[in-house]
Amino acid sequence: MSHDHSLNPETMPHEPEKATLEGKNKFIGFWFFLGGETVLFASLFGTYLALHNSTAGGPAGNELFGLELVFVMTILLLTSSLTSVYAIYHMKNNDFGKMTLWFIITIILGFGFVGCELYEFHHYITEYGFTFRSSAFGSAFYALLGFHGGHVTFGLFWMIALLIRNARRGLNLYNAPKFYIWSLYWHFIDVVWVFIFTVVYLMGKVG
Amino acid sequence: MSIAATQKRGFGAVLWDYVTTVDHKKIAHLYLFAGGLFFLIGGLEAMLIRIQLAKPDNDFLSAGLYNEVITMHGTTMIFLAAMPLIFALMNAVLPLQIGARDVAFPYLNSLGFWLFMFGGILLNCSWFLGGAPDAGWTAYAPLSTTSPGHGVDFYVMGLQIAGAGTLIGGINFLVTVVNMRAPGMTYMRMPLFTWASFIASVLILFAFPALTVGLFLLMFDRMFGTAFFDVSLGGNTIIWEHIFWIFGHPEVYILILPLFGVFSDVFSTFAKKRLFGYTAMVFATMLIAFLGFMVWAHHMFTVGLGPVANSIFSIATMAIAVPTGIKIFNWLATLWGGNITINSAMLWALAFIPTFTIGGMTGVMVASVAADYQYHDSYFVVAHFHYVIVGGTIFGIFSALHYWWPKMFGRILREGLGKLTFWTFFIGFHLTFFIQHFLGLMGMPRRYWVFHSGDGLDLGNLISTIGAFFMAFGVIVFIINAILTARDAKAPADPWDGRTLEWATASPPAHYNFKQTPLVRGLDPLWIEKSEGKGKMTPAEPLGEIHMPNSSFLPFLFSLGLFVAGFGFIYQTDNKAWLAVLIGGMAFSLGTMVVRSMKDDLGYHISKEELEREAD
Amino acid sequence: MTENTGSNKIDSFHKKKNKEEMQKQLISFALMIVFTILAFVVVATGMMDKMLVIPVLLVLAIVQVAFQFYYFMHMKHEGHEMASAMIYGGIWAAILAVAGLSTIVWW
Repeated sequence: MSHDHSLNPETMPHEPEKATLEGKNKFIGFWFFLGGETVLFASLFGTYLALHNSTAGGPAGNELFGLELVFVMTILLLTSSLTSVYAIYHMKNNDFGKMTLWFIITIILGFGFVGCELYEFHHYITEYGFTFRSSAFGSAFYALLGFHGGHVTFGLFWMIALLIRNARRGLNLYNAPKFYIWSLYWHFIDVVWVFIFTVVYLMGKVG
Repeated sequence: MSIAATQKRGFGAVLWDYVTTVDHKKIAHLYLFAGGLFFLIGGLEAMLIRIQLAKPDNDFLSAGLYNEVITMHGTTMIFLAAMPLIFALMNAVLPLQIGARDVAFPYLNSLGFWLFMFGGILLNCSWFLGGAPDAGWTAYAPLSTTSPGHGVDFYVMGLQIAGAGTLIGGINFLVTVVNMRAPGMTYMRMPLFTWASFIASVLILFAFPALTVGLFLLMFDRMFGTAFFDVSLGGNTIIWEHIFWIFGHPEVYILILPLFGVFSDVFSTFAKKRLFGYTAMVFATMLIAFLGFMVWAHHMFTVGLGPVANSIFSIATMAIAVPTGIKIFNWLATLWGGNITINSAMLWALAFIPTFTIGGMTGVMVASVAADYQYHDSYFVVAHFHYVIVGGTIFGIFSALHYWWPKMFGRILREGLGKLTFWTFFIGFHLTFFIQHFLGLMGMPRRYWVFHSGDGLDLGNLISTIGAFFMAFGVIVFIINAILTARDAKAPADPWDGRTLEWATASPPAHYNFKQTPLVRGLDPLWIEKSEGKGKMTPAEPLGEIHMPNSSFLPFLFSLGLFVAGFGFIYQTDNKAWLAVLIGGMAFSLGTMVVRSMKDDLGYHISKEELEREAD
Repeated sequence: MTENTGSNKIDSFHKKKNKEEMQKQLISFALMIVFTILAFVVVATGMMDKMLVIPVLLVLAIVQVAFQFYYFMHMKHEGHEMASAMIYGGIWAAILAVAGLSTIVWW
């Protein structure tokens, strides 16, 4: 809502993401949205837990899952969470160049994650014939993983759009909240993944 | 922008104005007209049901068509009539009650409306495209997964799109209340309608994502061959029931809580008293919302979840009677000793108390598991939920419309016609539904398209049908009332000697709501200023520039893209060529998102000089 | 506005605070990695009884998520009261949904 949206180092507020009313609205609104997303993923987790033994004669979780790949994916996503923290750190210090750099590292790690996930799905389908049509377990597995992977993919393109749009104009009070809520989104995706690798893969492996 | 000013412009200009508007007051009009239209469609479906059941062994509707009509009656009334009418009230009044210039996200407000609108249109397109959904508004699997034709597909896609709009609207009101309150408007000074809308929005936030997931599962089972509810591949149909009611039970509180707020405001205004037990009212509302998430399985007592689960959910359900009772007694205490004016708005509110209490009592009856095995899926349950939803939500909407019509349209609804609407609808309602308790106890099952002449249900059903015609008459009188008043003299800013901030602005308010943000000094802020002899609000800021959001056509286009994609989803099961429509629609919607994020929307300013020129 | 980059005009107090914050975040990241490795090792080696391993895994996950929320997403900072209220509300609804779907469905 400020009249002049440009931001120079002298006027840089301590928390640029919440310096305008619009920024405050976006900040709090996005947190609320994440509260709703919690229930969305809970419903998918609940469905998965209800159906994870319904293999209909097909492969079960502990036959399918390989922990090595899941571990790599976990580290990729966890690290990308940290790199986006670095990006926000530089945003708060009003260093647009470094912020951009860390966000680019974040999305590279994110693409690595999506690549691994696609490889994993491909592997299950071609090696085991395990698809989202083959059993209720398959449906629930791909629904949960697909929703999460879809969120990751959406986030990647969201950040690319933000970086392209703001590449030439630097940081200001209009786009600082946009970068900030993207980082919230990204951390939330990681939160969901923590439960996915715990509940789906590790607990699935245990049986 | 007043009605008089808009009437001078061409129809095309007004239409364009409404299609692109981000002003909460105009979006309230849109919600009211759209919700009103769907209310009439849903009402028509109700009349068809009652005509079919007017006499035994009737063949007015075929069995298949009857299934479609009951499904669409329920779905339309809940999602496309009650929800948008509540959003109309929230949009019209909530920002004014907290002294805000607009909602937190004006653009999203418009987007929420258009998503709802296109979702509703998509759902109703099914009537003309091979038949409406026929699996009941609850769409239980496997009935819904095996229902032939595309009816249930329209249900899935229509509700998915409309539900997204509702979620957006809910978040918008939450942020508005958190961030946009005027100076001095603390949480515990907010009018009860604002409080109740806030809490209902919390419920929307946590309930609608469950519906989203449920609809996705149903959609994938029907359209892409997954096996969530396909028992032969290990699927489980109970999952749908759980997810639907995890959403569905909070949904009924979403429908009733904002109207509890309306009644609180109406009672205190027309009894000329501060609301009795304000704090208790706020916390009772929170408690209802909290408990509302822990009771969903009381819809599933006869599923066979076991005695432990049934007992837990039974006790939690009965517990809700406590905060609801607190509210009933507080309303009565507000009226006690008040200087009561009885007009149309007040009549609806007064009629609500006994009606809703009956509905609440039957609610405790069906919450008792052992007895519920008798009531389940009988007309007793039909009577119960119409007593709470019509007796609470619809009575509340009528009360609110009579109360806030001057604020929304700058005209006062005519009292005579208002009372005629009330008495015919009120009598008709009890004629229709009171007898249904007994029909249910006599064994009449819900959703059956005929009963037989030897069943002893003839007279009760005939009385019920006669009552329905009374209700229809009342609604028609209300529409006539609304049309006639458009020519009446302009309403004053504060026709009811009101207590809250919305009465401190003009009727209808200027598009920036408050020229200067008011300073709030307590609960019922306008009443405080009146009782201290000032009569108007003290401004909290000097007259200055006002920042306003830009209008936008993008919400309409975004929703249109999803609407088109919806057809693609539905028909790609017949012919894969429809995938092009699906992808095209989605790409179009994504394109509008990209346009939105690439183009900065900084809004515009109304200058101080311009504001000074405009009269108060 | 390109000269915005590389500014050192932010007052040194906040700069120092940001740095301290960053150190805490680095520590929490290290702990998260440790917890993750621990969880994978426990499962891969099969060193624990099945009855014990599931609660251990869940506790490790919950602690990690708390780090994400409180350190990475700054929920411990001021001005997050409403945000955390809604997150806890969501978690409450989520627990109920998961509990319902994983216990009271027909098997």
